[in-house]
Amino acid sequence: MDESEVEDSWNWATIIRIMVKAAGMFVVFNLIFASFDLWPSMAKLSVYNSIVPGRRRLPFGSDPQRSYNLTITQLDVMVASHEIAGEEKQPDEFRVLVLGDSAVWGFLLQPGETLPALVDAADYHTLDGRRIRAYNFGYPTMSLTKDLLLLSRGMEFDPDLIVWFLTLESTWRDNQIAPLVQFNPGATRTLILERHLNLNPDDARFSPTSFWQRTIIGQRRELANAIRLQFYGLLWASTGVDRYIPTAEAREIRELSVDLNYHGTLPGELQEDQLSFDVLSAGVALAGDVPVLLINEPIYIDESMGDGQYYNAAYPRWIYDEFRERLQARSEREGWTLLDLWDRLPSEAFKDSTVHYDAGAAKSLASFLAEYIYTLTAPAGNR
Amino acid sequence: MTFAQIFVFTLLSLLVGRLSGTRIRSWILFVANLFAVFWLQPQTSLRHFDFWFPTATIALIVLTWFIVRERSPLASEDRISLAAIVFLILLISLTRLLPRPLIIPTYPPQGQRIVITLLVAAGITAAFASVRRERKWIFPGMIVFIVLLLVVLKSETLQIGLSSVLRRALGQSPELASKVDITWLGYSYIAFRLIHTLRISAMSKLPALTLRELLTFGLFYPALTAGPIDRVERFVKDLRQSQMLTPGRFMQGGRRIAIGMFKKFVLADSLAILALNEIKAAQVSSHAWLWLLLYAFALQIYLDFSGYTDLALGIGAWAGIDLPENFDRPYLQTDIGAFWNRWHKTLTHWFRFYVFNPLTRSLRSLRTELPVWTIILTGQLFTMVLIGMWHGIAWHFIIWGLWNGAGLFFHNRWVLFHQKYWPLSSTWRENPFLRAIGIFITFNYVALGWVWFAIPNVDAAFDVMRKLIGI
Repeated sequence: MDESEVEDSWNWATIIRIMVKAAGMFVVFNLIFASFDLWPSMAKLSVYNSIVPGRRRLPFGSDPQRSYNLTITQLDVMVASHEIAGEEKQPDEFRVLVLGDSAVWGFLLQPGETLPALVDAADYHTLDGRRIRAYNFGYPTMSLTKDLLLLSRGMEFDPDLIVWFLTLESTWRDNQIAPLVQFNPGATRTLILERHLNLNPDDARFSPTSFWQRTIIGQRRELANAIRLQFYGLLWASTGVDRYIPTAEAREIRELSVDLNYHGTLPGELQEDQLSFDVLSAGVALAGDVPVLLINEPIYIDESMGDGQYYNAAYPRWIYDEFRERLQARSEREGWTLLDLWDRLPSEAFKDSTVHYDAGAAKSLASFLAEYIYTLTAPAGNR
Repeated sequence: MTFAQIFVFTLLSLLVGRLSGTRIRSWILFVANLFAVFWLQPQTSLRHFDFWFPTATIALIVLTWFIVRERSPLASEDRISLAAIVFLILLISLTRLLPRPLIIPTYPPQGQRIVITLLVAAGITAAFASVRRERKWIFPGMIVFIVLLLVVLKSETLQIGLSSVLRRALGQSPELASKVDITWLGYSYIAFRLIHTLRISAMSKLPALTLRELLTFGLFYPALTAGPIDRVERFVKDLRQSQMLTPGRFMQGGRRIAIGMFKKFVLADSLAILALNEIKAAQVSSHAWLWLLLYAFALQIYLDFSGYTDLALGIGAWAGIDLPENFDRPYLQTDIGAFWNRWHKTLTHWFRFYVFNPLTRSLRSLRTELPVWTIILTGQLFTMVLIGMWHGIAWHFIIWGLWNGAGLFFHNRWVLFHQKYWPLSSTWRENPFLRAIGIFITFNYVALGWVWFAIPNVDAAFDVMRKLIGI
């Protein structure tokens, strides 16, 4: 029977039957996908840490074709692509998980130039001989809740120390529902409810989680991005590039408010509740026995900005000073270990924003931090 | 073509294919093609040129038709076709009144400009129609015009120059002139279809065509963006006997559409992430990765292009037209000659028919007898360089053409050498191990040639070549 005869053997009834069956199977697959959370299982199929090395930081990028990286929202897939997911903790390893915003992630830096990468490269050992290995768990956008979400995942990897970089902007209550938080409503709601965070579990900004949105059709974009991330893994492996940094970064320009308000709050009006210290508290509790080092991260300081009423375009002096005081007081009250490095770096180190520093600054900060971690891990008598 | 456009075209073909009656089907195809050429035209920064480019395409085909048609008064069908074209163009111009652009990406120009342009086009056509085929210069003249236009559209310098001139005329900034401004949808394919039509008409081999038939041939929506380059006499025969959509034809076309979608949108688009380009070539850390990127490019370009061909064939089959195959497992061929017989077949056949054969014939008939090898070398190199330049008039495409031309020439010499000194029995020729070696060598030779395709910067391409072969 030649091909034309085979083709002629079809009839419309058979074709319709096949199409109905195919449509039925597609519906069933969608129902299964929507009914069970298959993302963790799918994340296990990651090419990272198997075919290609894991990424040195979480996937993030707006220019995939040049950075071989892209922003995805599925935490399971993100974490599966990170080097930490592929590295069995060694007995002689002192594992440090570094949390924070884009400054920690290394917005203006190549993967080997970031603060955690440099702490790692410093090759420090604790007094008991364990090698200090730092992992970059920072992620762009300023939100402590986003950091808490990542910490909740990072705890799976048995860290020995959590280093958590924060700043006023990431502490600000209204900033808590960052995109990563928005797109992971289930995990965030669990944290809110279990850790009694002062956030609304039904916040309208959470991405909807209707049945339809959990189907393959509803999540097609997330699925496509998860697959694309696997392909970019090959380019990551072959080039070591995970970030395209434009040559000329322009400093952000903001109009300074005459009345010195910060997100609408005027001098003298700051309430403690506007600062998400409850999220820090939840993070410390979540870490359990693992020590947490809180660091008020370095900021760009321009003495002359706003006739000296501002530290920089983002922070009026009054609120930043008050934030530092309150953070200090709260830390003392709660027994947190706090390191205030707000003015540690010279203003020339900052390139495009209030917190993004250059490679040289990252190096100096890393050597300070590595030394500090070493000291922190030494028994009290040896410090 | 976007996913949405493919979806609409498949539905349209399904509808056309299910209609009983060839005549009604061909009229619907005619109107659909006229809409499609406007709908598929990408946006350009030149004001209103996403309207003028498709209009010019239609005008060019109409003009060609007036040149090739038999001398006789206009038949009523052709008058209706002309009226339909004018009506449709004016209808699209009315989309200007809508709250947002429809069919074309931006608003069309004002109605009076369109009317004036149509009158000028009608005048030019009438002038040509009065001269027509009795004048010997008319066919080569029209072919030269089409080729010159193609040269302008393929040369970055000329594109920018033309863009600059047009920008000045339109009151737009000439400093912003860019080659992207001159994005004329499907012209490369339409030009070759029209040249073929003019050529066989000059040879009196063209069957009598209605305007509707020539327009449907030139603008057939499945093949508008990426071929294949059909022959008018074959296409029109199909159009006149177009098959109604039977279950068998539905499955045959559906399979091609599904395969095409999978090749293009799943495989090729994924491989595009990895495919070699200048930046990646400079960044990769090792020799092996560079080969991987090159293989990704080789597969991506094949799957992308052949995927589009599958789509065109499938959508065409549903509409009742069987377009010619364009690819036939090219990477599984044991020699480069066989590769070029199976890669973009309709283009290579066109060049063989209109360039290689006439050129080698004329070289053979020279008064001074040339050695055969020089004739073959000249023919292969010249043809392949022209194929390269069809993709773009740039050094990297020329070198790509030379690379492939040289490959074809050396293969030709190798075959002759074998036949003379070391003839292989058919058993040896079919030996799976030898075949595998042949496929490996052919694929890698072709893949190395793609370096010139992937990297426009000639120096960078040479560097990549050096890295790949380890020198």
